[in-house]
Amino acid sequence: MKEKIRIGCGAGFSGDRIEPALILTENGNLDYLVLECLAERTIALAQKRKLQNPELGYDVLLEKRLRGLLPLLLEHKTRLVTNMGAANPIAGAKKILELAKAQNLSIKVAAVFGDDVFEFLTGQEHSIENNQPIQSYGKLVSANAYLGVEAILPALETDANIIITGRVADPSLFLAPMIHEFGWELDQFDMLGKGTVLGHLLECAGQLTGGYFADPVSKPVPELDRLGHPFVDVFSDGRGIISKVEGTGGMISEQIAKEQLLYEVLDPHHYFTPDVVADFSTVQFEEIAFDQLQVSGGGGIEKPETYKVSVGYEAGFKGEGEISYAGAHAVERAKLAGEIIEKRIKGQITNLRVDLIGLNSLHPTELSKNSNPYEVRLRVSGMCDTMEQAQLIGEEVEALYTNGPAGGGGARKMVTQVIGVVSTLLNRDQVKPSFQLFSV
Amino acid sequence: MKRLADIAHSRAGDKGNILVLSLIPFDEKDFDWLVQNITADRVKKHLQNQLQGNVTRYVLPSIKALQFTCEDALAGGVTTSLALDSHGKSLSYALLEMEI
Repeated sequence: MKEKIRIGCGAGFSGDRIEPALILTENGNLDYLVLECLAERTIALAQKRKLQNPELGYDVLLEKRLRGLLPLLLEHKTRLVTNMGAANPIAGAKKILELAKAQNLSIKVAAVFGDDVFEFLTGQEHSIENNQPIQSYGKLVSANAYLGVEAILPALETDANIIITGRVADPSLFLAPMIHEFGWELDQFDMLGKGTVLGHLLECAGQLTGGYFADPVSKPVPELDRLGHPFVDVFSDGRGIISKVEGTGGMISEQIAKEQLLYEVLDPHHYFTPDVVADFSTVQFEEIAFDQLQVSGGGGIEKPETYKVSVGYEAGFKGEGEISYAGAHAVERAKLAGEIIEKRIKGQITNLRVDLIGLNSLHPTELSKNSNPYEVRLRVSGMCDTMEQAQLIGEEVEALYTNGPAGGGGARKMVTQVIGVVSTLLNRDQVKPSFQLFSV
Repeated sequence: MKRLADIAHSRAGDKGNILVLSLIPFDEKDFDWLVQNITADRVKKHLQNQLQGNVTRYVLPSIKALQFTCEDALAGGVTTSLALDSHGKSLSYALLEMEI
């Protein structure tokens, strides 16, 4: 068993930048690289691609991310753990083999699956959010359980260079290599809690090195244009030291780590994952050297008895239209334009929303009341049952050019099919994770 | 007039229709003042048009930070909201506008 391993995080969401993972693998001396690319809704969209073509349904950027990364992973003996399998980890694994073959690389990929529980659902299961039967939300399109380390560990025990999963709890992508290398037991919840703290800190990649933190006035961060992504040296006692590749942009600091520790955490005393209920309230940070932050403390208690399942449903079509006004009476003209649209289509689209971008679109509160901007942009949006209805919103906004107030410019229109997501719970015995090896 | 932004920073996160706002003093000496003054009620009142549901505050002395968990705060949540910022990511700076 090892005393220390190094894990880097080269992507923190599906649209993350490609380059930081290459730099981490080339110069980070990593044992493991994690790419976390699966948001709540991403998998439902991937499911739709899989339905159209059974060879698709993995992350749309998989080829772009992995083509350049594959030779580096092999050269530096870094194992990759990623959830880029999305709705189709097996097809994702096959695509990776194809990429390797084209470069004459010999590689072994483990595809972890079993998170897709769509066929086990009746539709009668109640949502966590509103306690309504999930089928009442709309036509269901996907259901994926958040798997934990138990799904990843068997794949790590093989000699696979790459482990590609579908829906897995984000911190589990990091915790699994720790358990594998340190021999922690699955009921050592205190250790699993500490490891989960580190996984949670790393999982958003650049958010731990100054991204989503920077404010040039109150929180300056150097060289965001070359932002490096973080790695952590994890010790077998559960401590970690967070750092990044020397010479990359961004920085490591206690302030940043505090923000990220609490990011998206509903209750810092009870952070639920499939592996443990972690306690973040006892975590301690210490800046021990330039760009080096020690993380200690944290803990956990027994894991939940159920798996959380993310259910995607068809939620209709969102129509949007925008147009800008500037100069004298810009706000008044934009307001008039909004009133015109409301009068014209409110009868057909009941949940119309009217914002003035530059005035109150982000915070329609008292805070925005007294502002008087030089230019504002009217934005009208509505949720509709059909695409035709949704199109009407943008069409009416565009028609303001010749039918609305003076000086409207830059009209744009857009329609999006909306996939909603609700959650429900499933007993552990209903979910059976498994894996399959592929090599070339 | 001083604002929260002068003494603290914040990061917003979302889970479904729930908004999570951290509040962290630049100087740890200001932590006790924040604990005494920035209550869940005050945050709810400050963002009253945005926050429809309960606000729960967590006090974290170990890292000298506060966390506010705000229910029913994101017009349905990121997947179906009509808001321009459907995640509510910019709301950290709305919290920091609070006059103190």
